[in-house]
Amino acid sequence: MRNSAAPIKSSAPLNKRMRPKGDLRTYFQELKRDIIRDRILYYLLIPFLVWFLVFKYLPMWGIQIAFKDFSLFRGIGGSEWVGFEHIREFIGSEYFLRVFKNTVIISLYGLLICFPAQIILAIMISEVTRERFKKVVQTLTYLPHFISAVVIAGIVTTFLAPDNGLINLLLEKLGMEKIYFLTDPNYFRGIYTTMNLWKETGFASIVFIAAIAGIDTQLYEAAKMDGANKFKQIMHVTLPGILPTIVVMFIMKIGSLLSVGYETIILLYQPATYETADVISTYVYRSGLIDGRYDFATAVGLFNSIVALILVVSANKLSKKVTDAGLW
Amino acid sequence: MIESRGEKIFKIINNFLLALMAMAALYPFLYVLSASVSKPYNVITGKVLLFPKGFTFDAYKEVLGNPDIWLAYGNTIFYTLAGTAVSMIFTICGAYALSKKRLRGRKFFTILVTLTLWFDAGMIPFYLTLRDLGLINTRTGIIIAFACNAFKVILLRTSFEGLPDELEESVKVDGGNDLHVLLRVYLPLVKPGLATVGLFYAIERWNGYFWSMILLTDTNKIPLQVLLKKMIVENDLQSEFTAALDFSSTISAETVTFATIIVSILPIVLVYPYIQKFFIKGMLVGAVKG
Repeated sequence: MRNSAAPIKSSAPLNKRMRPKGDLRTYFQELKRDIIRDRILYYLLIPFLVWFLVFKYLPMWGIQIAFKDFSLFRGIGGSEWVGFEHIREFIGSEYFLRVFKNTVIISLYGLLICFPAQIILAIMISEVTRERFKKVVQTLTYLPHFISAVVIAGIVTTFLAPDNGLINLLLEKLGMEKIYFLTDPNYFRGIYTTMNLWKETGFASIVFIAAIAGIDTQLYEAAKMDGANKFKQIMHVTLPGILPTIVVMFIMKIGSLLSVGYETIILLYQPATYETADVISTYVYRSGLIDGRYDFATAVGLFNSIVALILVVSANKLSKKVTDAGLW
Repeated sequence: MIESRGEKIFKIINNFLLALMAMAALYPFLYVLSASVSKPYNVITGKVLLFPKGFTFDAYKEVLGNPDIWLAYGNTIFYTLAGTAVSMIFTICGAYALSKKRLRGRKFFTILVTLTLWFDAGMIPFYLTLRDLGLINTRTGIIIAFACNAFKVILLRTSFEGLPDELEESVKVDGGNDLHVLLRVYLPLVKPGLATVGLFYAIERWNGYFWSMILLTDTNKIPLQVLLKKMIVENDLQSEFTAALDFSSTISAETVTFATIIVSILPIVLVYPYIQKFFIKGMLVGAVKG
């Protein structure tokens, strides 16, 4: 037994194959030798892993307060368990239906309006043959993506201002009534979706432009030979060509159906529009970080994450069955 | 192949619509720029639509004369430079290590990292962790707590994996170690990837407001976006300039807001065209290989 670690000097993969199953000692010796040989590689890895453990995995330990009566003084470990009380309270509250509905509707708006727009823009840009013009269009449509939510919200707020915002001045010139856009719950989802359409369509189209660039140009030549016009070429060559990309991006969208961008909503909504604007994550923010109900807000957030996870897993399964393309 | 008439018509319509969309993307910025250098009376009566009317720089004088803005601007520059540098160090170290097949437990570590894209502890547990670590209201907290992002690590790892093994071998034959490989050979070869990842981190830092707003209670430490939020969204300015509606005034809450917006986005707009080509390339590398 003592000699079992003898052939250590041969190359690593060979050694691995020769090692009998369950011989832990050899395994650790190999491990030690590998780590010493490639120590710099492991030195590089350590700070990186520590970061992920501290800032991504340590917080996960805190999720337990969703099931506790959390007190800051007693800390996470010392607080008492209350089981599903917070989740029950959330589902039973009048806010549950409101924030759940708002989250889903705002996401569906994005899915039905913004998502197709990205694909259409990508197809349109790909059809441009003059390189200079293409570059200019791309540069300008990507630009809003890089501007901060605060600035965009500021622009939206001043454009829609009731007294002298640009939109209301134009409405007035056309002889129409002024509209209090940002205080009227009927307009919030429309404003939010339009803003996102303007901000993200260009940049989100990059992925589809890349996918279209990967389509074999011979397919277009062949389609032309068969007498297909531009529209038919797009329907029968371009769209099938980028279908896997569309499916993958669609699944990712489904997965984020419940995580609407709270950072922008917080900037645009106000108590008067909570009725249509308050989503799960803004509710988490208010009840947790504003009202200090850490345990309850964590429970709401956890509920959100679990539903989102179920959604992405089922969307992936469904798409694999239907189209053979999936995230994993 | 010769273009048919239908194709020509398609092209004209397509180009026209694209030009329209490009203008729509640009218009709000042009309007803000023009309004910021126009007389308030012309702005609030709707005379400014595209070009400035009644040229004045007084709104900018007001903005640039405000010490709060300079302080916040300095903070933002600091958070952006220091934050991006720290982010790049962590990301490069991790991406290089994870790109090497000989790394023990590579698969496990990769899953550990990518899992954070799908499952996150959420806002409150994250906040409580930072609180327990004593990172509330500290500059260090802002810089360290948001240093890494799994998506960017994967993007850079993919770039590293695209380089041939022979490169590494040749450095090792010459007696170099992994650090030599990384610094002298790998980094210069993945410049588009580095530029993309760096740009994303930098833009996030420049634009980020939410966690700075939550974590920084000391007004001396707040970045520009948090100050902007106070000025624009919470409408702190309105009360200061209520009497600005007459024809002669050269400054109003609106024009000052617009000038502040321009001042805050100027660095991005100036740098953006130069690095655009890099991030498109980098994004494509990431997109094609997943």
